[in-house]
Amino acid sequence: MILRRSGVRIGLVWGVLSAATVLGVVFGLGPHMPPGQGTPQAVDQSTTNTLMTALAAPVLILIPCIFIYCVVNFRQRGAQIQDGPPVRGHGPLQLGWVAITTVLVLFLAGYGTYTLLVTSTGAGGGQGPNPVAVPGGDPLQVQVIGQQWDFTYRYPGYGGVETTTLELPRGQMVELHVTSIDVIHSFWAYQLGVKADAVPGTDNIVYVEPTKLGSFQVRCAELCGIWHGNMTSVGYVVSPSAFRSWIEQQQREWAPVTKQLPPYAPAYYPEPVVRGG
Amino acid sequence: MQTDVIAAPASRPAWRGLIGFNLLTGIVLGIVGFAVGAWLGGMIGDGLRWVGQSDENDIAIFLGFALGLVGYFGGLGFFNYPISRLLGHPPSLREYDSEGWGRYFRMCTDHKVVGIQYLVVILIFFFVAGFNAMMIRTELLRPSPSIWPADTYLTLVGEHGTMMMVLMSAAVIGPFGNYLIPIMIGARRMAFPRIESMTVWMTLAAPIVLLSAIGLGGFPTGWTGYTPLADQANLGMDSYITAFILAGTALTLVGFNILATVFTMRAPGMTWGRLPLFVWAQVATAILMLLSAPVLVTALLLAVLDRTATTTFFTSGNGGSPYLFENLFWFFGHPEVYILALPGFGVALEILPVFCRKPLWGYGMAVAGMLGIAALSFMVWQHHLFVSGINAPLRPFYMLTTELISVPTGFLFINAMGTLWNARMRLEVPLLFVLAQLFNFLIGGLSGIFLSDTPSDVTLHGSYFVMAHLHYTILGGLGFSLFAAFYYWFPKMTGLQYNMRLARIHFWSVFILFNTTFAPLFAAGILDMPRRAVTYASYLQPINDWVSISAFLLGGSMLLFGINVVYSWAIARKPAVDNPWHSRGIEWQLPTPVPVHNFERLPVIVAGPYDYGVPGALPVMQPEAAAAPAGGE
Repeated sequence: MILRRSGVRIGLVWGVLSAATVLGVVFGLGPHMPPGQGTPQAVDQSTTNTLMTALAAPVLILIPCIFIYCVVNFRQRGAQIQDGPPVRGHGPLQLGWVAITTVLVLFLAGYGTYTLLVTSTGAGGGQGPNPVAVPGGDPLQVQVIGQQWDFTYRYPGYGGVETTTLELPRGQMVELHVTSIDVIHSFWAYQLGVKADAVPGTDNIVYVEPTKLGSFQVRCAELCGIWHGNMTSVGYVVSPSAFRSWIEQQQREWAPVTKQLPPYAPAYYPEPVVRGG
Repeated sequence: MQTDVIAAPASRPAWRGLIGFNLLTGIVLGIVGFAVGAWLGGMIGDGLRWVGQSDENDIAIFLGFALGLVGYFGGLGFFNYPISRLLGHPPSLREYDSEGWGRYFRMCTDHKVVGIQYLVVILIFFFVAGFNAMMIRTELLRPSPSIWPADTYLTLVGEHGTMMMVLMSAAVIGPFGNYLIPIMIGARRMAFPRIESMTVWMTLAAPIVLLSAIGLGGFPTGWTGYTPLADQANLGMDSYITAFILAGTALTLVGFNILATVFTMRAPGMTWGRLPLFVWAQVATAILMLLSAPVLVTALLLAVLDRTATTTFFTSGNGGSPYLFENLFWFFGHPEVYILALPGFGVALEILPVFCRKPLWGYGMAVAGMLGIAALSFMVWQHHLFVSGINAPLRPFYMLTTELISVPTGFLFINAMGTLWNARMRLEVPLLFVLAQLFNFLIGGLSGIFLSDTPSDVTLHGSYFVMAHLHYTILGGLGFSLFAAFYYWFPKMTGLQYNMRLARIHFWSVFILFNTTFAPLFAAGILDMPRRAVTYASYLQPINDWVSISAFLLGGSMLLFGINVVYSWAIARKPAVDNPWHSRGIEWQLPTPVPVHNFERLPVIVAGPYDYGVPGALPVMQPEAAAAPAGGE
């Protein structure tokens, strides 16, 4: 009887705290959840982050509630040691716990798979050379080349010009081909919700569709040597007409360099470091 | 094969004790071996193109380490027995396990001596690696390199990460596993006592080899050692590779030793259903060690060939691939994190019933949870590579398996809550640490679910979120369980009392400061701070300054622990009462200090270890059972 009342008390506290936290997460934190609302890929990540936080919060509240309640109420002091009731388990409770956790986890895995494959064509993650979630239409091709310690960008549709900043037109699906010419980097465009490792010799494809004008932060997310933290720059999402004039200006400006560059390829094989003999 | 100890004649000068097969000889022969190997490597590398161009001779370094280790193990006496067997001497099971100080500085086949040796090694290097963390946090007070040059910073990161991984893999299973497993199953020794002793000397050598990287130009790769960055690295990379090969070999050996011991040497009546959960956890861990660590060693041996024999296993082009290293590394690396976590859960579930004065709630479920974690942990490794460009159709599979692993982990949490429910709890320091461990691991585990989901992981991968997550599971989970185990078993292992008030201060300070240090790092990661970067965006400086100051205080709290250890063990030496926790565990029924051969006669196990409050429960063992066979020696 006392134990049942304990359970009801914990349940009440847990219910109130969880409800408040979940509401706060969904309506307070949700709209500001990183990485933001700049692309459908970023929106999917934000939604997933909010959903996970909302599901994790009740668990995070429940277990400390039980711990604290037990420590406060089921404690003994003094020199005389009393033993507790020799209860070894509770079948229905154990089965119920397994069932609930399994259902939660399967739901999360199902939701994640759905996001990954259906709604946002890969959720902004690098899919390797043979992507499974492919958008229709004719995406803009941009190659991202990582090297110590900067990213450069090639536009094969515009004469293979190589630029030092990334500009993308709004409302256009972009197919990023991420590769590297020395060590492994990871191309992280924070507000776009894009992250893809740049591996030498590999064409790592990401799809992203910028829907908001403005700037985004580019960083490297894989340790690539001493100036890993400095491998950062700012990219811009601009209107299609602004993009056209920018890329034409880039083509003119870099024309002498473009002639010297190796022809555009999905990946480049520079001479690797071979040590030893 | 017990030999009587012959007391040294009084006339024998003290320095004579230094001569023989011991650590000193090992160090001297190790240095000699290194010099010979490096000279040999210099001869081989002399005409090679790479060596001539770069002035870097990896062959000399690797040969130096190899021959140095041969000298070290030879000096410690590990080749004596194989050689004497080759010469036709009769087999024996034990060496140097008599009394006296000397046995702590040499190969000793007494598992209790090995446990103490492990404990000292782990504690010393825990503080060394922790000091590295303090230096890292000092640098991160400013958003651009100010105190250490950028390459020194990366070396500090790599030293901290690798050393902690090497040590923490052995943190519970080394000291407490070796000391307690034979006692808990009612045996007199481990199945392979010489190999057991060898692993502790490997665990001592690995961090020292790793530290030698500082003198060889450092290494820039962190603990993951990814190529091609590793191919660019200086000779310090060779120290990393050698240290990790040593550690991986030690893990493999510990793994099969524990499995052989528990499978074959349990006392009569020690059924699988009576096996203490601490031992079950070490069995699950041993399976992981045995199956995953050889993959690491293989990958690193291939890396050695890449660096010396111009093979191209891990370069892009010429038939090699950096993905090969990533996959081999994480095929070890993910089971490795459960090698770190599972012994901690064993400690928690072992300690909970003692202080709750109740049987463990859901024993079978706990065993299933541990074995389930062990089985699933081999199927999740590519979640470290979600954005790397691996075969895209595999990502949903790894997402599913990774999320499924939270189900068996959940088993262990309901075991803990069921045991706490309606308990008669005695809130001693070990129990406090167990509760804090479970709380920290809960946060670590829940943050892991974010990382297991590919869309979330695209945001969080490679950021400080991952760093906070792994510190919550490893330092918050395993580290706290190490403290719990220390405070619980220290009176048994040394026969001494520690300062209880200092222990309570240590608990509260370490628990609060751990959370104030690592919780803000989740936020730093979400706000786009990449891991292992010496420069970061200036708007992150307030968070980083807070974390650094909190980390310094956390380091101070760890010093309190260190002071307590040194004071109680070396200075105060207050004898502890027998069985201060009124535990039913077999180890507490033996006299302190535990005799060299543990049991006068092999015990018969007649009851489970957690039968607290069971009316008419028998003691766990009947020590003088007439039926006990005299096997084992």
